[in-house]
Amino acid sequence: MSIQAIHITKTFGDFVAVDDVSLEFPTGKLVSLLGPSGCGKTTLLRIIAGLEQPDSGRIVLEDHDASRVHARDRQVGFVFQHYALFHHMTVYDNVAFGLRMKPRRIRPSEAAIKDRVTSLLELVQLGWVADRFPSQLSGGQRQRIALARALAVEPRVLLLDEPFGALDAKVRKELRRWLRKLHDDLHITSVFVTHDQEEALEVADEVVLMNKGRVEQRGTPDEVYKNPATSFVYNFIGSVNLFRGRVGRNGVTVGEVVLPSRVNGSSAAERGGNVLAFARPHEIRVLPDEQGIGGFPAQIDRIINFGLTAHIELKGIRATEGEFFNVEVLKETIDEQQLHAGKIVRLVPSELRLFEYDSAANEV
Amino acid sequence: MSLVVAPPVPGGSVHPLEAAREKAEIGETVSRWALIAFSALFFTFFLLTPLIVIFLEAFRRGVDVYIAAIREPDALSAIGLTVLTAAVAVPLNLVFGVVAAWAITKFEFRGKRVLVTLIDLPFSVSPVVAGLIYILIFGAQGWLGPWLGAHNIKIVFALPGIILATVFVTFPFVARELIPLMQSLGNDEEEAAVILGAGGFSVFWRITLPNIKWGVLYAVILCNARAMGEFGAVSVVSGHIRGETNTLPLHVEVLYNEYQFSAAFAVGSLLAILALVTLVAKNWIEFRSPSLRVR
Repeated sequence: MSIQAIHITKTFGDFVAVDDVSLEFPTGKLVSLLGPSGCGKTTLLRIIAGLEQPDSGRIVLEDHDASRVHARDRQVGFVFQHYALFHHMTVYDNVAFGLRMKPRRIRPSEAAIKDRVTSLLELVQLGWVADRFPSQLSGGQRQRIALARALAVEPRVLLLDEPFGALDAKVRKELRRWLRKLHDDLHITSVFVTHDQEEALEVADEVVLMNKGRVEQRGTPDEVYKNPATSFVYNFIGSVNLFRGRVGRNGVTVGEVVLPSRVNGSSAAERGGNVLAFARPHEIRVLPDEQGIGGFPAQIDRIINFGLTAHIELKGIRATEGEFFNVEVLKETIDEQQLHAGKIVRLVPSELRLFEYDSAANEV
Repeated sequence: MSLVVAPPVPGGSVHPLEAAREKAEIGETVSRWALIAFSALFFTFFLLTPLIVIFLEAFRRGVDVYIAAIREPDALSAIGLTVLTAAVAVPLNLVFGVVAAWAITKFEFRGKRVLVTLIDLPFSVSPVVAGLIYILIFGAQGWLGPWLGAHNIKIVFALPGIILATVFVTFPFVARELIPLMQSLGNDEEEAAVILGAGGFSVFWRITLPNIKWGVLYAVILCNARAMGEFGAVSVVSGHIRGETNTLPLHVEVLYNEYQFSAAFAVGSLLAILALVTLVAKNWIEFRSPSLRVR
């Protein structure tokens, strides 16, 4: 079932949580709402569920206006960040709750409920904990039970509010793969709220980036990663190096240094305009000759050398005094160029993405 | 970096750090015992002694006198009235307290702060003043006095007045207990239940109530103890009619004023027993419900 949010606005006092957002979530897709805390993603999700009433705007579920439909009748499944399991009930009773709440004439028999709960517990691979209480389960298990409980009533859409936010890193990774697989099997329209860009990019069919109550960009993970529409998106997705400069004849001028670069990205970054220039850690080359042409000098602070690549943390000197950079290079480069902490090197961006730098909205 | 190792100290003298630690330990021991001794003394003198005295005085002239004092018709009537008053006031305040706590913790509305403040009012107003308020409203010279007189309805110096005063004084117990508890529990479980299709009543009965039941019981026990033991407000509205409008605490006062000390202490010991039962029940509930244990 598709979900449409049409011109949704929601304020809490003076704070605008959701600012005139219109979005469509297509049937059967897993869409991630991604953004920093306070960007309105959770509020939007709660409005879709009917847990919050928008100040204005409409929610349309499968071509039917659901704005005036109570949360209990919207047939949505909701998974909370802190599980919200009924802690005085066993796992079995938790999962059965939604079925037992159905109106008498359509309520399944206890035997049917038992079948359904058992198969759901099998689905989340936790058949053996049916008689336990939530407090006896680990965080990851609780969230799987919460998911089983949400699926029990056969919701038309599944809404997940930072479902893995309270779990440790290893369990998060396992669970998001598992969730993706589950979604591939069930194909239920899902909206997944997270502030973790890696999680969003890995799990979702589509990513919607939100900032300050507005949608910054939507697209597939690949599109969003490769072609960030705004400086906010670029900065939020993945780690970046940032330069404030001016567009010149041969590239971008940062202080007195000219960074030779193809000018791409924002078309508004015309010659002479102030721009923010971004480069990913792997888009910067480290050259040992301080005095060479192009690029700018920086001093190595620390080299983090494990895994396939090495990360170098540097601090700017002269033109970029006070700035910090991080660069990702192949492990061999460290030895080849005899890089070590304290050494002064030259950084040459191989790729720069420019965004117009004029208003506070662009401030990152 | 090399580790700094303390050189061996010749002649058995103690390393300065060691000495400082010992000194701190002695200081800690002294202050700990001083505090414990002070609390124990205070407890014995102000709490334990009076409790023992009550029972000693009650049985001073023998068990027969004790039993006679309790089986006397006026005493029985006082017991009956006290139980009846508590039996009406406690459920009323239970309902009110749960409703108020629910409204305050689950909804945002105008005047919420005012309501929270009002709930505390009975704690800050002297019980005597509370009693006087009812005299001013319902008394013969009060606002509604003439109308009530004309319709032959008695409120002050009768059971309704006593119940009203008791309800007023024990007003805050349940709400005050439940508001912080329900705030700490949050709304997540209720919201989850609503999304799963539960109606308002089901949410309360199946989710909220099981989560707060120990808090409710705890509050009811404290509320009941206060309802049965209330003196000031009830004293003002009761009129002290023996065998009719005397509650247990009032009956104790009457006996004492008539120099019937053994009888006064005998009836008083019933209230002391109530207090002890309340304490045991309260501790049992705290033991059963970990969330209430640390306050």
